[in-house]
Order: sequence, then C-alpha cells, then structure tokens
Amino acid sequence: MQRLPVYSAKAPRTGAFTFKFRLPSAWVLAALLIAMLTLVPVVVVLSSLLTPEREIWAHLVEYQLPQLLTNTFWLVLGVGLGVAIIGVPLAWLTAVCEFPGRKQFSWALLLPLAIPAYVTAFVAIGLLDFTGPVQTLAREWWGPIEFPSIRSRGGVIAVMTLALYPYVYLIARNAFLTQGKHALEVAQSLGLSPTVGFFRVALPMARPWIVGGVMLALMETLADFGTVAVFNYDTFTTAIYKAWFSLFSLQAASQLASLLIVFVLVVLLAEQQTRKRMHYTQTGKHSVQARIQLTGARAWLASGFCLIVLALGFIIPVTQLLLWASEVVEQDLDARYLDFFWHSLALAAIAALLVGAVALLLSYSARQHPGFLLRITARIATIGYALPGAVLAVGIFIPIAWLDNRLVAVGWVQSPLLQGSLVVMLLAYLIRFLAVAHSPIESQMQRITRSVDEAARSLGVSGINLIARVHIPMLSGSLLTAAALVFVDVMKEMPITLMTRPFGWDTLAVRVFEMTAAGEWNRAALPAVALVLAGLVPVLLLTKYRSK
Amino acid sequence: MLLELKHVSQSYAARKVLCDLSFALNTGDIGCLLGPSGCGKTTVLRAIAGFEPITGGEIVLNGERVSAPGFIVPAEKRRIGMVFQDYALFPHLNVAANVGFGLHGLSSVERNKRVEELLQTVGLEGSGQAYPHELSGGQQQRVALARALAPCPNLLLMDEPFSNLDVELRERLSLEVRDILKQQGATAIIVTHDQHEAFAMSDMIGVMHDGEIQQWDKAYNLYHLPESRFVADFVGQGVLLPGKMLNADQVEIELGTLHGEVSGACSSEGLNEVSNNGGEVEVLLRPDDIIHDDASPLLAQVEHKAFRGADILYTLRLPSGNRVLSLVPSHHNHAIGEWIGIRLEVDHVVAFPLIKSAGS
Repeated sequence: MQRLPVYSAKAPRTGAFTFKFRLPSAWVLAALLIAMLTLVPVVVVLSSLLTPEREIWAHLVEYQLPQLLTNTFWLVLGVGLGVAIIGVPLAWLTAVCEFPGRKQFSWALLLPLAIPAYVTAFVAIGLLDFTGPVQTLAREWWGPIEFPSIRSRGGVIAVMTLALYPYVYLIARNAFLTQGKHALEVAQSLGLSPTVGFFRVALPMARPWIVGGVMLALMETLADFGTVAVFNYDTFTTAIYKAWFSLFSLQAASQLASLLIVFVLVVLLAEQQTRKRMHYTQTGKHSVQARIQLTGARAWLASGFCLIVLALGFIIPVTQLLLWASEVVEQDLDARYLDFFWHSLALAAIAALLVGAVALLLSYSARQHPGFLLRITARIATIGYALPGAVLAVGIFIPIAWLDNRLVAVGWVQSPLLQGSLVVMLLAYLIRFLAVAHSPIESQMQRITRSVDEAARSLGVSGINLIARVHIPMLSGSLLTAAALVFVDVMKEMPITLMTRPFGWDTLAVRVFEMTAAGEWNRAALPAVALVLAGLVPVLLLTKYRSK
Repeated sequence: MLLELKHVSQSYAARKVLCDLSFALNTGDIGCLLGPSGCGKTTVLRAIAGFEPITGGEIVLNGERVSAPGFIVPAEKRRIGMVFQDYALFPHLNVAANVGFGLHGLSSVERNKRVEELLQTVGLEGSGQAYPHELSGGQQQRVALARALAPCPNLLLMDEPFSNLDVELRERLSLEVRDILKQQGATAIIVTHDQHEAFAMSDMIGVMHDGEIQQWDKAYNLYHLPESRFVADFVGQGVLLPGKMLNADQVEIELGTLHGEVSGACSSEGLNEVSNNGGEVEVLLRPDDIIHDDASPLLAQVEHKAFRGADILYTLRLPSGNRVLSLVPSHHNHAIGEWIGIRLEVDHVVAFPLIKSAGS
C-alpha cells in the first residue's frame, strides 16, 4: 500500500483560502522547457523590432524594403491563388468524380511533394532559359522568336505553385472525401445540378480546409529561400542571408527577420483560426459512394488536366534531372560526394532521433497531465513549422553567440565554443521540424484510450512496464513515420543548413545551392536526384496512410 | 464478505458525485449497479477498481482496506479484473497475447495452457493468433472477458459490457457470460442502464440515482417491492394512482380496496407521516396488476394500444380520467375508444405518501 500524493489536491478544501503550492512534475517541466526553446528565437527576433537601429533602418527603408515588400506581396498573392486554382479542382476531380486514370492520378498528384521547390526552380530555368533546350529548339524550327523570360515574377510564382499545390490538393481532397456525397445528394434532391451543388454546398463546406491548405502553402512560400535564390528574386529570406553573409551585419539580418516574422505570425494565426472551424464542419465518415461519372470530352479534359499538372510538376523535372545527372555522373561523382552524403545522412539521422524523442516527450507529458496548460504548451512548442529557416538561424545564433561570449568573459572557455558547433543547427532543426514529428505521434497517442492504460493496470502492469509493453509498441508506427518525415525534411532543408553549418559540413542541399549559384544546372542535378529519391519516402508514407 | 463499501462518497470540487454509498457482495455473487446515465454508477466501479479516489467512507476488499480518503491501493495491486465498455484490447497484440497479458511469473508452457483454457471457456478456441481488429464486436467482448479472468482476479468489474452490441447478441451473450462467471466461481459487479441485462445476469442489483443507491436488492423485490418512487418508476412499467390508507394493510383506490401488507415508503415506518397527511397515498399499479375480464363490472376505455406479439399493452382511461396500464393476451384485440372490463389482482401493495404539488 502506498499514498498517492497526486490525489491530495482533490481532498475537500476546509478553509476558505487554502492555497497549495505543488511542484510541477518532471513531465510538465520538460514540456514547458521545450515550449520556451521555441519561443526564444521568436522573442529574440521580435525584440529587434522594438529596438530599431536608426542607421540600419534608414538604409533598409531607402534601398531594400520597397523592393522586398513588393516582391513578397506579389509572390504571396500569386502562389496563394495559384495553389488554390490548381489544388481545389484536382482534389474535387479525384475525390468525387470518375474518369480514366483517376485512381492513379489521386496518388501520383502528390509526387511533386518529393521535389524540393528549389530543384523544380533550377530545372525550369535550365529548360526554359534563352540558352535552354526548349528555346534553342524553337529557334531552330521557327527562327528568332521572343519568349517571355522565365527569370521573372511569373516564373517564380509558377514554379512555387507547381511545388506547393499538393498541400491544398491533399487537404481539400480529404475534406471532399469526408463530407461525402450525401451533402451533394441532398442538394440534388432539392433541385440543384451537380455543378451548382459544387459551388453552393461542397465548396463552402470545404472552405476551412482549403484555406488551411493555402495557409500552409503560404508559410512555405514565406519560408522559402532556395527557389527565390535560384531566380534571384529578392525576398526577406535572401535579404537576411545577404545581410549576414555578404554585408556581415547580423543586426540588419535580424531587423529583416523581425519584419518577416510578423507576416508569418499573421498567416499562422489565420491558419490556426481555420483549424478550429474544421471541427465544426466535419460531418460524416469516409463514405464510399457512387462517384460522378464523367464521360466523353469532359472525362478526357479531366484526365488531361491531371496529366499536365503531373507532367509539369514531376515527370518533366525528374526526367530532366536524370538526363543532366547522367551527363555529369562520371566526372563529378568523386570522393567529395561521400562527404556530402555522409554529412546529409548524419545530420538527418541525428535530427530525426532528437526531434522524434522530443516530440514523444512532449506528447507523453500531455498525456500524463491532460488539461489546458499542457495543451497550450504543446501548441506553442510546435509553431516552429511556420518559422522560416532564415529567421530561426538568426534567432538562435544571436542568443547562442551571447552565451558563448559570456562563457568566454567569465573564463570558463578559451574561445567561443557553441557557435561553431552543431548545436545551433540542431536546435534550429528541432524547432522547425518539431511539429512534423509531433503530429503523427500525437494523433496515435490520442488513439490509445485511457481504458487501455487502465486495462493494463488492472492486469498488474504499470509504470515503465506499461510504457514498454503497451505505449511504445502501440506508437511504433507513428514514431517511425515521425523520424522518416524529419529525416527527409532535414535532408532537403536549405537555409538553416547553409547559414549555421559548422565549417566543412557541406551537405547535398548545400551542394545544390552552390552549383545553382554558379548556373551549372547539370552538376546541381546530381545531388538533387539524391534529394528527390529521399523525398519520395514521405510521399509513399502519405499514400500508404491514405489508402488505409 | 468479499467486497464492502461503507458510506463511500466522492466529490469533484463542489459537485457531489457519490453520496454515502454502502453495499456488500458475497464471494461468487454477481452484483449489478443499475441506473440512468450520469447517476454515478461508473464512478463507483472505477473507485472499486482503484482508478478514482474517494473522499469519504472506505472500500474493503477481502477484509483489507483498499480505499479511504487520501489513501488508495493502486489499481495494479488490487487483483481486480476489469472489462471496459470499449473493451480496450491491445491492438498490437494478438488474442493469445492479450489474454496472457496479465499472467505474470508463469513459464511459457503454463501460460499457454491457461490462455488456451480461457479461450475455450469463452468459445474462441483456435483464434489465438487473430488480432483484435479481425474480430467481431461479440468476439472482442469475449477476448476482453478472457483477458480479465486470466489472472484469477479477486473480483471482476464490467462497465456496460454489452452496450456496443446489437440487441439480439446482447441478450444471448449476457446469459452466456453469466454461465461463464458462475462456472469460474468469479465474483463480479456489472454496471448497466439496461434492466433486462441486470435481471438476466445478476444476483443482487443496486438501483442508483444521483450518486445514491436507492435500493440494493434482488430483482424480484425491486420490481414488486420498490422502496422509493424512483425505483418504482425506473424498474418496470406502471402508474401511480391516488388512494387512501385505511389502516396498515388496507388501501382504498377508485378501483376498489386493496388488502395485504403495504410496502414501499408507507410500510410501518412511513405510516406516521401518512396518517399525518390524512392517509392520502399513491399506489403503484403494474400492468400485470390490472387483469382484463369481460365479466367485470369495472370498465375502462382503451386510449392507446401497443401490440407486442404475445400480448398487448393497453393504456386505459378510468372514468375519473386517471390512466392505468394493462398487459393482456394479444387475442383480446380491442379497438381504441372501446370500453373493456377490468379487475384488480394485486399481490403486493406498494404505496408512497402523496406529494402535493405546489399549484393544486
């Protein structure tokens, strides 16, 4: 027999004001610590908004901000509209209609997720630039003609749209599938044609999901560094990079980051808002019902639309990549690539383990202490997915450098220790990808009902044994998924790696950046092929889950 | 006494969930807590299992105190088996591993033998390698039962064990489970809101309302000798008709005078209150107390009828406007509006003091 102090708080209160202070448990402390870690770069970066440096600001306002704001505005608007215009019809067609190839298209349309946007970007430029094969061929056939330049605002928007529409497609498709055809059938029975029904019933019902998907795509757009760098299209992320590494002004970088984070927080807020509404409008289970049969020209139009998007987003880029890679593989694939591979794999593996473990800890502490405090803590700890890598790099480097200097000042260490190590990079990965690992683990965790724990306890199994015999085995699938997702994301990640890697830690993504900066598309294709292969893993995981 | 609850109460903050709850269960008996949802019956079960603390009274298991305010023997040390409403099978383990989960300190041979034995008991021999998701609801229920019984628990608790099954399966399985429990000599408590399930399975039933046990008794007594209006209303069907208490064993109602020992709140202890009231009471009349008899001079008009196969449940309107229920063999088919003859055949007179409603 033993006393359980946990329950003492529920004992009847005798006095009018019995104030009891209980030390929070280790679980709560751990979760709070993780949330604090996420908040540090946000606070650091935002605080530089409150302490503007007059000189730097004057320079920014005069020479950079107008261009950055215009570029960012058009990019966000264009990509936002683009992903909705492509993603929603694709989702509708594959979720509710039937046409030749629908089944294959429904998973194949996710494949563009496997290609990092910056890879699609350099393939597009390589293919469509003045000296590229398309224009060269056209000139041979028809003589000199004017093409609109791919290196333009329209070009960036098109590439990003092709790379990011799967977010909207995936989420909107899910919405159309879960709302089922019942809603449409009700509309039909009330005299609406399927087309009118789509606009008056299905689309409004799916709106929270569509908006959510667009917001996710916009977060990626704001966070993007690689694509805009390839296009030389200046946005905040590239400006932060240049301020830090060309002008060596960390202050200017953090001022720029503070502006970017304000935009990001606005989008984040909008996305979290739509998430709440998703609960309200969710109506039914997955219902397997008759699809709308498309026939004749309409069926071929549907197939054609899917095929064009798939070709532009995946088939053509991958084919071109393979062609380029095969041109250079013999001369380029040398001992340095061992290093690139090794660094990429090592970083991704360490990050996957670290992030997976922290996500498990976060999720498990919320299970141990259900309630508002830990719910909100987990929410805060996982906002990192919205924070651009360039912002995180600045927001973590500044406090770490400060800490380093303090350590040197008090004489504990001879020279700065942390800022040249993997610590900054891993912390940034952790914050950026915690949500990626947390959401599969958390959703699995919630499926372990309380009665499962209680059943185990009533059979004499508790404590560590309960975790080892019940929780870990039940979570194993989601732990693997989480680790795989983080692994791949870290491999593809560009700005954090570029800005915070210790000397000599060049990875595949860094190699892509360097080769594209030099305009050597075919040599950039070699590491890019490896990244695309790795990127296929989470897409396959996604399709596996969806087929369940 | 295997299990004793003495004046158990529990409250969350200011809300009282359980209130001065006492009952006892003998080894080998099957007890049942019956009540509408929200009456606190599941909380009692969880307190007995050790998942919930109590804030008053004590729970004694096998002569050992296991729960008291600020004191709790953890669930895993109680040897109390539990079958959950959602079964809570471990999805990552097959049936055999689920059943063997609570068998500690046995060699693998002994363990396999025990598992096989239990699977046979619940009629699932040969299904050991299947995984829970491959089984039907009824089969999952049996696995949950086998798993709970495997370590030979002191006591087995079942929380709404059949609520996820369809009606037909529910009835069959409840009788089957009773046989299994009796065969294993298990002591069990079942929580349910379904009185037929309670009647079919248990030796003793506690009717719960608002965190209190209104009556802890055998099914027969709950139906025929309810001690409170709530029990009279919740268990079985019936109506309350106004009447006048003439003396300790005579009550007059509009259909005649009832003779026999009066039980309910108007038995000897309650009598004082009643006589202060001028003897005004309400008498419980079950549908089987009113017999249809064409020869009877007492007439009532058919207001509703519900055909139930073997019999018809008539709602009859008396000349006074009061209504009674009557269960009549179904070949006595009368039309709505028709006047039919009835007579009283009351074996147990149950009366409650009249509660004068504020308006009248």
